[in-house]
Amino acid sequence: MFGKLTLSAIPFNDHIIMGAVVSSTVLALVIMALITYYKKWSYLWHEWLTSLDHKKIGIMYIILALVMLLRGFSDAIMMRAQQAMALGANHGYLTPHHFDQIFSSHGTIMIIFVAMPFMIGLMNIVVPQQIGARDVAFPLMNSISFWLTVSGVGLMMISLGVGEFSNTGWTGIAPLFEKTYNPGVGVDYWMWAVQIAGIGSTLTGINFFVTIIKMRAPGMRLMKMPLFTWTALTTNVLMVLSFPVLTVALFLLTMDRYLGMHFFTNALGGNMMMWNNLFWMWGHPEVYIVILPAFGVFSEVVATFSKKALFGYKSLVYATAVIMFLSFTVWLHHFFTMGNTPDVNIFFGITTMLIAIPTGVKVYDWLFTMYRGRITFSTPMYWTMGFLTVFVIGGMTGVLMAIPPADFVVHNSLFLIAHFHNMLIPGALFGYFAGYSYWFPKAFGFKLNEKWGKRAFWGWLIGFLVAFMPLYVLGFMGMPRRLAHYDNPAWQPYLIVAAVGAFIILLGVMAQGMQLFVSIRDRKKNTDETGDAWEYGRTLEWMTSSPPADYNFAVIPKVEELDEFWDMKEKGTAYKRPEKYYDIYMPKNQPHGVVVGGLALAFGFAMVWYIWWLAIVSLVAIITTIILIGANDDTDYVIPAEDVKRIEDAHFEKVAAAMAQVNNQGKGGE
Amino acid sequence: MNTEITNMDAAKAREMEHAHHMEMKTFGFWIYLMSDLVIFSVLFATFATHGHNYAGGPGPKDLFDIPYLFVETMFLLISSVTYGFSMVAMQNNNKKMVLTGLVITFLLGLGFVSMEIHEFYGMIMEGSGPDRSGFLSSFFTLVATHGTHVTFGLLWMAVMIIQVVKKGFTDGVRSRLMRLSLFWHFLDIVWVGVFTVVYLLGML
Repeated sequence: MFGKLTLSAIPFNDHIIMGAVVSSTVLALVIMALITYYKKWSYLWHEWLTSLDHKKIGIMYIILALVMLLRGFSDAIMMRAQQAMALGANHGYLTPHHFDQIFSSHGTIMIIFVAMPFMIGLMNIVVPQQIGARDVAFPLMNSISFWLTVSGVGLMMISLGVGEFSNTGWTGIAPLFEKTYNPGVGVDYWMWAVQIAGIGSTLTGINFFVTIIKMRAPGMRLMKMPLFTWTALTTNVLMVLSFPVLTVALFLLTMDRYLGMHFFTNALGGNMMMWNNLFWMWGHPEVYIVILPAFGVFSEVVATFSKKALFGYKSLVYATAVIMFLSFTVWLHHFFTMGNTPDVNIFFGITTMLIAIPTGVKVYDWLFTMYRGRITFSTPMYWTMGFLTVFVIGGMTGVLMAIPPADFVVHNSLFLIAHFHNMLIPGALFGYFAGYSYWFPKAFGFKLNEKWGKRAFWGWLIGFLVAFMPLYVLGFMGMPRRLAHYDNPAWQPYLIVAAVGAFIILLGVMAQGMQLFVSIRDRKKNTDETGDAWEYGRTLEWMTSSPPADYNFAVIPKVEELDEFWDMKEKGTAYKRPEKYYDIYMPKNQPHGVVVGGLALAFGFAMVWYIWWLAIVSLVAIITTIILIGANDDTDYVIPAEDVKRIEDAHFEKVAAAMAQVNNQGKGGE
Repeated sequence: MNTEITNMDAAKAREMEHAHHMEMKTFGFWIYLMSDLVIFSVLFATFATHGHNYAGGPGPKDLFDIPYLFVETMFLLISSVTYGFSMVAMQNNNKKMVLTGLVITFLLGLGFVSMEIHEFYGMIMEGSGPDRSGFLSSFFTLVATHGTHVTFGLLWMAVMIIQVVKKGFTDGVRSRLMRLSLFWHFLDIVWVGVFTVVYLLGML
């Protein structure tokens, strides 16, 4: 009935795990109790969970990412604390097996369940508005993608309390993850969580690729797209072409583990090296999938707050496209030491170094955009400038490791750990944080608190430097990654410093919590009445009200310029009421996303625990749901022209009032 | 694109938006097919690396029956032709012909899948299952992934037969039949690759 699942799967004896399980369960129960108390279930269901509105789906993605960031960050703190103490006779407070699970879940969570949903969430909120569209190409598929990601998160969270998580790292290690060496459920949890979320990501890639190609407002040619949309487009290409490789890699591992096949085994014709190739054929493009949209955010932020057009727009577009192509040609640099011939290694070494060129172009473009600009030092700008300063260090260490003989020295050492955190924290995460504070007023209608935002920035920046610079040194001192315990006393001081850095980051994280709290408390003081929250918005998303109406644009704008909204403000054509409104058709809410996500979670859980009947039932139910979706032709509802007029009139009145106020204060526009 | 929508009356605009939406679905389906092509490419690549790892077990010459596979292949290729006839009939709004075409295509596809299952069954029964060697793992996975796709195509076709009977040629039904057509021909092309790379080259 329950497959391999018995009560003994719950690790009652491990106080650390049980503490985490109990506290997260209690938190979930408290939240559910509050929802019940305030009778908000119906609201939640109708307005959020079943919503096909890209803006709401985007917000839900980002909430998911922030929640998972807390969990991934707890893992980080635990690892830093363990390594700070586990020298010689002291074995720290974690068992090696537990430590292995923590580094595995930290990586999996940060990449798949923080970076991906954060990036996709920003894309959801911003891309349709930047291209002057009312929704994405396939709204229901968008909801399904989201709920598949939630389903992956669900498996991750369940693995905390029921059974165990993988101990072979977020990248998997062949053949250690094979059934022979890893008969438990940990690897299966990892495999299915990533698999299910990955399928959601492929669908997202298809969805947004079609959205950007087919739904741009009239006049917006490709070279008039805002840069964030460009980076989103390239990211979608990468998602469509690389996520299927991950799907197959995990599927082949599934075949090995469930049907005893020989893909990555060390016997009967398996080939362990194939795993590395397949995983990184996805894994390297994945790095750019999460980092390119962050580059897009920096581009928007830097132009807006320097009050200048982006320097070298075309070069930024081409640089982005070049990175997109090159990202498929470098995967082998993750395993120079595997025993490839020197020719193969040098080919991938050169392609890897080449990537530094377009990236360098971008850095200079951003710098020149700021040059002679009247810079407003807002929170998004802080994140951007922090990124620019720190990211180049990571870039240089990357070029260093691109040289195969040098890589042999530091391969799988803490130098590598320092390098990729140096790319992903300033490169991707700071970008998302910049986007989070930049577009927050667009999504919610009020700005985030600047003071706490800047405090958070300093916590993250200083904490990052203190936590990761020592790891570069440790890498040169020969310390390998993923050590639960070590015997070299020379390493310890650096590891203690790194742990201190992690706690400084914790201060940054707490400041972010505080920022959210203070901002919501003072939301009435920081409302954005015009929709152009930062006054100097350049692109179409600032043309709509904040938060935008369901349909975003009452009348689809005609685009003439690259920075269309800026141009409209210059010409004085912004904030003009259209002559006439028309009925607008929008997608109805659908529960299918929640249903598919729930069933996928049941399926994943059933597969992990060998509960075959549940696996079959949920799979059949998923297929049935898809057939039902296909048979439904009644998917839209109408917003009548009168309603559109009413909503728009209210917005224009607010804009007029806000403008009058500004003029009375004698500040005047530009 | 939406170019002239603002200048037209609402009903016409609605119609255009609808057509645009159908076009987007087809385009989106193309993109999906490209991602599916990546899946098959990776399986082919895996077959290329594992295809000679017999691990002392049987190789292609011991297992493959080319005349049998030729018949199986013909089933799938002809089914693509009959699906094409069905699509021509749809242009002429000939419901009976469309249904006849779909049913024949379905039966041919079913024949293909049945023959494949029979082939697999025979191999597994004589001890040459997917767990025997790297070669057989990659063989079974590649061929069965294609077979699974065909099976889902059959399920989709059954659903479409019901939809044609019940709904007639609505825009939705037409566009779904078009997409199934893309899917079906796509699987045909992949099978040509499988037949060549796995079976014919394996017999060399």
